[in-house]
Amino acid sequence: MTNHWTDIKNADLVLIMGGNAAEAHPCGFKWVTEAKAHNNAKLIVVDPRFTRSASVADLYAPIRTGTDIAFLGGLIYYLIENDKYQHEYVRNYTDVSFIVREGYDFEAGFFSGYDEAKRGYPDKSGWGYEIGEDGYAVVDPTLSHPRCVFNLLKKHYSRYTPDMVSSICGTPKAQMLQVWDTIAETSAPGKVMTIMYALGWTQHSTGSQMIRTGAMLQLLLGNMGMPGGGMNALRGHSNIQGLTDLGLLSNLLPGYLTLPSDAEQDYAAYIAKRASKPLRPGQLSYWQNYEKFHVSLMKAWYGKNVSAENNWGYDWLPKLDAPAPGYDVLKVFDMMYQGQVNGYFCQGFNPIASFPNKAKVGAALAKLKYLVIMDPLATETSEFWRNVDEFNAVDTASIQTEVFRLPTSCFAEEDGSLVNSGRWLQWHWKGAEPPGQARTDIAIMSGLYHRLRTMYAQDGGKFPDPILNLDWPYLQPDEPSPEEVAKEYSGKALTDLNDPATGALLVKGGEQLAGFAQLRADGSTASGCWLFCGSWTQQGNQMARRDNADPYGIGQTLGWAWSWPANRRILYNRASADVSGKPWEGLKKPLVFWNGKSWTGADVPDFKADSPPDAGMNPFIMNPEGVARFFAVDKMAEGPFPEHYEPFETPIGRNPLHPDDPRVTSNPAARVFKGDMELFGTAEEFPYAATTYRLTEHFHFWTKHCRLNAIVQPEQFVEISEVLAKQLGIGVGDRVKVSSNRGYIKAVAVVTKRLKPLTVDGKTVHQVGIPLHWGFSGLTRNGYLTNTLTPFVGDANTQTPEFKSFLVNVEKA
Amino acid sequence: MATQDIIARSATTTPSSSVRHVDEVAKLIDVSKCIGCKACQVACSEWNELRDEVGHNHGTYESPADLSSESWTLMRFAEHEDEAGKLEWLIRKDGCMHCAEPGCLAACPSPGAIVQYANGIVDFNQDHCIGCGYCITGCPFDVPRISQKDNKAYKCTLCSDRVGVGQEPACVKTCPTGAIVFGTKDDMKEHAAERIVDLKSRGYENAGLYDPAGVGGTHVMYVLHHADSPTLYSGLPANPSISPMVQVWKGVAKPLGLLALGATALVGFLHYLRVGRNVVEEDEPVTVGEAETVVHKVDPSVHEFDPKAPR
Repeated sequence: MTNHWTDIKNADLVLIMGGNAAEAHPCGFKWVTEAKAHNNAKLIVVDPRFTRSASVADLYAPIRTGTDIAFLGGLIYYLIENDKYQHEYVRNYTDVSFIVREGYDFEAGFFSGYDEAKRGYPDKSGWGYEIGEDGYAVVDPTLSHPRCVFNLLKKHYSRYTPDMVSSICGTPKAQMLQVWDTIAETSAPGKVMTIMYALGWTQHSTGSQMIRTGAMLQLLLGNMGMPGGGMNALRGHSNIQGLTDLGLLSNLLPGYLTLPSDAEQDYAAYIAKRASKPLRPGQLSYWQNYEKFHVSLMKAWYGKNVSAENNWGYDWLPKLDAPAPGYDVLKVFDMMYQGQVNGYFCQGFNPIASFPNKAKVGAALAKLKYLVIMDPLATETSEFWRNVDEFNAVDTASIQTEVFRLPTSCFAEEDGSLVNSGRWLQWHWKGAEPPGQARTDIAIMSGLYHRLRTMYAQDGGKFPDPILNLDWPYLQPDEPSPEEVAKEYSGKALTDLNDPATGALLVKGGEQLAGFAQLRADGSTASGCWLFCGSWTQQGNQMARRDNADPYGIGQTLGWAWSWPANRRILYNRASADVSGKPWEGLKKPLVFWNGKSWTGADVPDFKADSPPDAGMNPFIMNPEGVARFFAVDKMAEGPFPEHYEPFETPIGRNPLHPDDPRVTSNPAARVFKGDMELFGTAEEFPYAATTYRLTEHFHFWTKHCRLNAIVQPEQFVEISEVLAKQLGIGVGDRVKVSSNRGYIKAVAVVTKRLKPLTVDGKTVHQVGIPLHWGFSGLTRNGYLTNTLTPFVGDANTQTPEFKSFLVNVEKA
Repeated sequence: MATQDIIARSATTTPSSSVRHVDEVAKLIDVSKCIGCKACQVACSEWNELRDEVGHNHGTYESPADLSSESWTLMRFAEHEDEAGKLEWLIRKDGCMHCAEPGCLAACPSPGAIVQYANGIVDFNQDHCIGCGYCITGCPFDVPRISQKDNKAYKCTLCSDRVGVGQEPACVKTCPTGAIVFGTKDDMKEHAAERIVDLKSRGYENAGLYDPAGVGGTHVMYVLHHADSPTLYSGLPANPSISPMVQVWKGVAKPLGLLALGATALVGFLHYLRVGRNVVEEDEPVTVGEAETVVHKVDPSVHEFDPKAPR
């Protein structure tokens, strides 16, 4: 979240789209009810189904799954055409005035530089700004240049007329316009809308671009950096935000630092590429400090073994030999399926349940020599070899994979911190001892490390350096304490740190650092994750703070836990004030503002605290431009502006925006593995658009192991509309068979008014809802893993699988 | 709560011994804030150590399928489309309403099996329950259920054990959206009034408080968007009242209270009237459509459901 849960209460309007907060985040949803009850807020829900969130909404509009870019792109054009955008904000705080290079083009569904053979854009040279002789990007504040971002944006979305959008999305035009008009009201400077989204946007082959379109909408309305505004990703696991922050993706290092690619063998070039210089005069471009963060990370890992002489251990970092995002789970499972993986460590992950095309994932696991499961529960993955009738119809005798189950403690059985959706690091304390022989993940990983280290030391190996040089200074080497690890992430001074200007002592060697501003690139500081720097200072564990004082009455409890970065609660909060530094006119309560000497207010300013408004520094300090981008330059895989492409399995068989070119029916830059394209189904055989989702009663595949959760949602079901049920002769509670081109499930039919057939591209499209919580282990009635049905393809940027849009057939079982 | 807090006792003609003044309490369920998450169901089961059986999906979100001696509260889901085609998903937490004039207490023939406390809570005392099921007949909301384990009646206690020591009921404590609140009845009415103003401002002209006069008001109240048609909410009675049969029994029983023989005869007569229901309860499986029922089955702690076996 750019903002945080409590801040939702400050919203004037809440848009829930690409998520179902009441269902999947019922505790956080309290802030929506708070906004409604005490801030007179309205709630809009746009979703394929009339959801639990919709049940308490002021406005609901149906949408066909996978068409959100069309809906939001149309809205962007509608706002521009009807002059309903926050002019001063857009003009000053975004890139609308930037001139785009001549090489940029968008024609018939393709951006410039497309390579059909590679299914992507290897040449993104046109996707950038025109750079002037002074080395800065060229701008046209009058917005009259035909290639300024504003005019390109307008041109791009001029195709997204209300009729076209309604035809793509299936949203009845009157309902759609009612939603658009309500949203347009928040273009007033002091009126704020928040967007709450989750995997309903992420899990599409165009998921990242859906989220971008939402962010662009918020920029146009001037809602970023505002209290009660922002783009708020509701994270689906209690610490998935922490996982992302610590870089547990194959191409990331902690704190969103990135792994070098194979081509980047030179350390200085690696840093130079990431330490972006300002693209406009007077801008902060905070990533200029990249090397300080990087060197501090390497010092935290390798201690005295790295220095300027060995480029801070750069050669020990893996260099990615696969295109970004590197070895994502889809790729690893495809490699496993091809027989290229011998062993797999599965830590807190249930891939046969959580990843698409169960048949492929199961076959891949069966090709492993060994599989290690670290989990508190007996997951389906740990029993992928067990025959459970139709639910897991495998031939056990033919599977030779050796499976090791290492029971771990769960979160309530250990101390530590969890990072919530709002980026708060909240310390928690053990509630109970783990049962049986369960051990903490730290103990298991440490044991593994020591054994590997001994083997490398004794027997050598191809590349022992990264393991042998690792620093392991913990009091109990076999199980470092969560406190030690947390202090290491936060960081400390390795030598005395003096103020370079005055020579005054800032931090004594060995002491914890106060924040990432103290990090240095000369090896005198260590921090395992620069974003977490300051979470454990010399004053102690900031994450364990529990002071809920809210001096400004705006839900900013700076003494409660600790939020990255720098305990800042709302990102880009400088944008909550106008150019002169005053809170936007009409804003009910100020967030941060210029008091004549410095930036101050209810939050930690996301800005250079002493830079006066007339110095011209802009609020988006992480961007070299200083402003937010409508035009994504070269950052996205499929183009600088989001474009609507159909899901890979589309119920209408064509992209209404580009009806005649099948190459741009679906995302032309999405990676599809050999063999998976053939497994996509067509609307002729599988006519219904399906989507998978969670229910409140369960958490993923965990709580079916709990009796009470099993009681309140005992048996697998699917949701179909009354119209479709009548057409297929299906009654309430009948068992139905739902099949895709990859397999089938059987479940109870919930026949409902909450799903309605939509008119899309002149055809009637029925949608089928498939909750995902059942499987062949646990206390609920046995069910089928829903990912038996889903296609093995992901978003072109993140490779998050397209769980939300695919095709099925439904028949009476 | 203690005996001096009791203001009414089933089948008892002696005056109550209530001596303490306490405020009347109420649980207010704001249907317009409820998202049907069922956290209240789970909290109720946890606090009261109830474990119903793992049943079936019957084609709805409701689970278990009905209230039972092991499920004292239940979210009921109703889909309603108005004339204009606007869809509403009306979700109501069902359970004991803790009536000011409790039909169950009036109907109960066993002295002290049902009591009413000065704060308004109506509680069952299973020690005195004879399992006759009259409380079910007496209840205009169809709430009490007979346990097949001990043949006694059970229902929501409004967490009288928690309330007695100054805590809110478990469902209130757990409700994530603040849809369930608890306090004095006066405070809850005031809170409801604010909510109704908000709902009216959002176009729900008939928003109102459900505190039905036919049972003297209740200590569980609802804020409804459509207070003019409570039956939309999975059959919430529009004008609940105590069944005339129970009124007769109550009116006749009092004078006969001193005549033990006469009373016994009347009990016998009424039991005859009620016997059909009892037979259904004890001997015949209750059918819910074609599916097997999860209500009135075997002891849930030894249920025969094998999670490893497919259905």
